[in-house]
Amino acid sequence: MSRMPPVPVQDALLELREVTFVRSGKELLAPTTLCLARGGRTVIIGPNGAGKSLLMRLAHGLLKPSQGAVVAGGHSSGESHGAGRLLAESRQAGARQAMVFQRPVLLRRSALANVVHALALNGVPRRLRRLQAEQALEQFGLAGLAQRPARILSGGEQQRLALARAWALEPGILFLDEPSSALDPAATKAVEDAVNRFHVKGVKIVMTTHDLGQARRLADDVVFMHCGRILEHTVAARFFATPATAAAATFLRGELVLDLPAAAPSPT
Amino acid sequence: MASSDPFTQASLLILSGDPGLFGIIVLSLQVSLSAVLIASLIGLPLGAAIVLYRFPGRGLVITLLNALMGLPPVVAGLLVYLSLSRAGPLGDLGLLFTPTAMVIAQTLLVLPIIAALTRQAIEELWEEYREQLQSLGSGRLRAIPTLLWDGRIALSTTVLAGFGRASAEVGAVLMVGGNIDGVTRVMTTAIALETSKGDLALALALGLVLLTLVAAVNATAYLLGQASRKGMQ
Repeated sequence: MSRMPPVPVQDALLELREVTFVRSGKELLAPTTLCLARGGRTVIIGPNGAGKSLLMRLAHGLLKPSQGAVVAGGHSSGESHGAGRLLAESRQAGARQAMVFQRPVLLRRSALANVVHALALNGVPRRLRRLQAEQALEQFGLAGLAQRPARILSGGEQQRLALARAWALEPGILFLDEPSSALDPAATKAVEDAVNRFHVKGVKIVMTTHDLGQARRLADDVVFMHCGRILEHTVAARFFATPATAAAATFLRGELVLDLPAAAPSPT
Repeated sequence: MASSDPFTQASLLILSGDPGLFGIIVLSLQVSLSAVLIASLIGLPLGAAIVLYRFPGRGLVITLLNALMGLPPVVAGLLVYLSLSRAGPLGDLGLLFTPTAMVIAQTLLVLPIIAALTRQAIEELWEEYREQLQSLGSGRLRAIPTLLWDGRIALSTTVLAGFGRASAEVGAVLMVGGNIDGVTRVMTTAIALETSKGDLALALALGLVLLTLVAAVNATAYLLGQASRKGMQ
């Protein structure tokens, strides 16, 4: 199923090749091949527990695949390294990556210092950090909050700060894991606007969402997951109009997707 | 001497700025602060490194550190005494019965406390920060200063706990320092000696100073804890 003809691939930015993920003997991700083209907004949807976040963490390099390889910019990151190393290597090989999490993880410092720290980790020279950080905060309407401790900002402001921090890193790919699921509509709008700002700048967007409306608003192509496998990867318009699988059709109708795909042969 | 009550005499001693008394206080602070400084320089990064790195025997190290938090001062004193005594492996340095020996003994006492409490504080923080720091491209080594700085409030109470332990103990400094007047006599050893000699005024004066010091340390730790609970930076 995972090999069904996907979005036309001209220019692969990131590829997952036969990637699996096994934890305590349980296969959480069936062998998965996914090609993410340059540009465009890829939205990963599916029921809870489908493996959306897992897929994204593997693609970003936060988790090490049990088998298979994640290939960034034509360079494969080896299978035998730790996750941190993996990430560093894929960074060097391909585009810089950034990730925005469901609940923003902010350091116990000022908003500005959070961005400065991220720039420092990415090797930006000290004298440039402050200016670049201020510009990033400005972009997301946070200039007035620069000296505020990041942890006392509101939920929406915190997520904007996380986006500003990602912006400052000038990533080629931005991963977002349910970035607005805890936010009110106004803050959600701010997140979606921010996503589009990255998109306009040419940054590849890969995001998961629970919100079908959000998926319709943002997606250029959709990855539909269910039970640890990708069932569909198609252009958004086609996916929403004519889903190819029964599970996706059920999901789009807003019903619970209970039917499990034919059980994969047990590894034991 | 015993004509007026010891409390009055003690107060007079403190207020008059008795040089003997102040010499003892200054030496006590020098020894304990040096020990805490050295133990912090080692213990803070060590505690963080134990969280960040997986290595064989890690569980054993953690258990050992936790156990050593309760290391009896006299045992620490004994170990340092054996190492520094003339026949010991470090005997040639001639450090026994010097303030340096006292610093070594107190460092030995305080280091496990700082390392173990740091590990606990940093473990929670790392749990929260791990994915984000990895995503930002931080290696484990680079994460140590980040975590130590972000845990600064919890860690300052850790350091204060270490200082409380060092300044209040008597067994270790007595054994390796020898309580030599003007050389290695600190508050706790002086109190023990003066009490047994019957000079309650000096003992009480030192006791008051020590009590004030420990109270101040605890008040600071409490206030820091309150501040961190309020979510202040």
